[in-house]
Amino acid sequence: MKKNFIERLLPIFALLTWVFLFGIMLILFIEGTPIFKSVPLFRFIFGRHWYPVHEPPEFGILPLICGSLMVTAGALIIAIPFGLGCAIYLSEIANRAVREIIKPFIEMLAGVPSVVYGFFGMVLLAPFIQRIFHLSIGLTAFTASVILGVMALPTVASIAEDAISSVPKALREASFALGANQWETITRVVVPAAKSGIFASVILGIGRAIGETMTVLMVAGCCAVITPNFFKPVRPMTATIAAEMGEAPMGSMHYHALFAIGLVLFLITIGLSLIAEHFKER
Amino acid sequence: MVNHKIITKNLDLWYGDSPCLKNINISIPENAVTAIMGPSGCGKSTLLRVFNRLNDLIDGTRITGKVLLDEQDIYKDIKDIFHLRKKVGMVFQKVNPFPKTIFENVAYGLKIHGWKDKTKIEKKVHDSIIDVGLWDEVKDCLHKNAFSLSGGQQQRLCIARAIAIEPEVVLFDEPCSALDPISTAKIEQLIEELKQKYTIIIVTHNLQQAARVSDYTAFMLLGDLIEFSETNQMFTTPKDKRTENYLTGKFG
Repeated sequence: MKKNFIERLLPIFALLTWVFLFGIMLILFIEGTPIFKSVPLFRFIFGRHWYPVHEPPEFGILPLICGSLMVTAGALIIAIPFGLGCAIYLSEIANRAVREIIKPFIEMLAGVPSVVYGFFGMVLLAPFIQRIFHLSIGLTAFTASVILGVMALPTVASIAEDAISSVPKALREASFALGANQWETITRVVVPAAKSGIFASVILGIGRAIGETMTVLMVAGCCAVITPNFFKPVRPMTATIAAEMGEAPMGSMHYHALFAIGLVLFLITIGLSLIAEHFKER
Repeated sequence: MVNHKIITKNLDLWYGDSPCLKNINISIPENAVTAIMGPSGCGKSTLLRVFNRLNDLIDGTRITGKVLLDEQDIYKDIKDIFHLRKKVGMVFQKVNPFPKTIFENVAYGLKIHGWKDKTKIEKKVHDSIIDVGLWDEVKDCLHKNAFSLSGGQQQRLCIARAIAIEPEVVLFDEPCSALDPISTAKIEQLIEELKQKYTIIIVTHNLQQAARVSDYTAFMLLGDLIEFSETNQMFTTPKDKRTENYLTGKFG
């Protein structure tokens, strides 16, 4: 049979996703790696000072990495229990009517633009946190964690819900037929059977949180220091790029350093996606 | 005199508004194999799932009439459904081991029913696996995933899982429909052995299987119990014309 024009075109569209991915990677490499001529890779990653406009400048992104990891970890502490609880409730306990009502809301939560979350965090949450914890400033790692947690929650909830719902009914019946109650069936059969999907949901939740830019730019406080204190401002990698790209002269060390941060972020998220894919397939 | 383990009296069951079982009166003899056969949609699996109340999982199921297990009404006198299911075990059509190790599959029910002592659990698991004739095949790989076994082995593992908690009745819902003839023969032989200790009810739409394994046979059609008698008698001299037509392959 002769293929028509559209049919010939479709594989090209599919191929384009590869072109974009490799294009992005290539640009990040080309624009990011020149920084390593003046700042060795080790000093770039583990340097404790990010002073890009000082004289001489210092390009150590460890505080930025720590900032990203901190808000991401904080977000997970919120997103994992709430997301999994939500997923288990929806797929195992809620009746159909409740599920039909709640599921679209979870998807809507995922669709709220991140600047709106950031706005919400800045105007409502930050002053609130500042007041109850008696802080000098409400824009902290904690504030960012809470908002990011809410943002990652739909990712965790919907993917975990898919994983849990796809556990065969036969397994639940086998458990009930042995006299197990619903709680025992959920904790000992259903959740273990869905564990690879649940793990994938958590990994994708991490990806969602670590790559988020606008929200952390608005609520994390943007202070490039290494601190174990969640009630201090931090400066994640994404926020650094977004805040400084406009003022870094094209082709300068600062410019290349920002691309190199992008490269680090890109490698982290691509690694997370690969891990998630691996677990989803099992 | 035959002792009756399960007796139903004027049992009706609806899914929503559609009647699924109509006025079923049946007395299941103790320590014997009772087959329930009939064409698809006759309600045979539904009837089976009345005996361990697994139908309760389906929203909109309504039941009237009585179901007596050792003269106790399982819908009224046995308050705790989990005790009922300890007494009435089940093996399913879809072979459904848990995604756990072979050992953990059998130990699961024991743990649910409060067994704590590790050596006792281990002994019971081993005994159950021996009872279903699976020991020689799995004794070196008890801690491998149950999915590494063949379909027939998995089904025997499911039987071991069901009998580990020492039920009195074991329900089989078309246990061989997904299995090859050799595995089927093994399971049928096992059912034959198990009836010494347990009351067995097997749902099948395979006439030959009903004839081979059962002592008593019930024939159902569209929610009605048409005929119930000793298997020999039903297969040689059916009383009801519809039974005869079914047995001779005029419909089904």
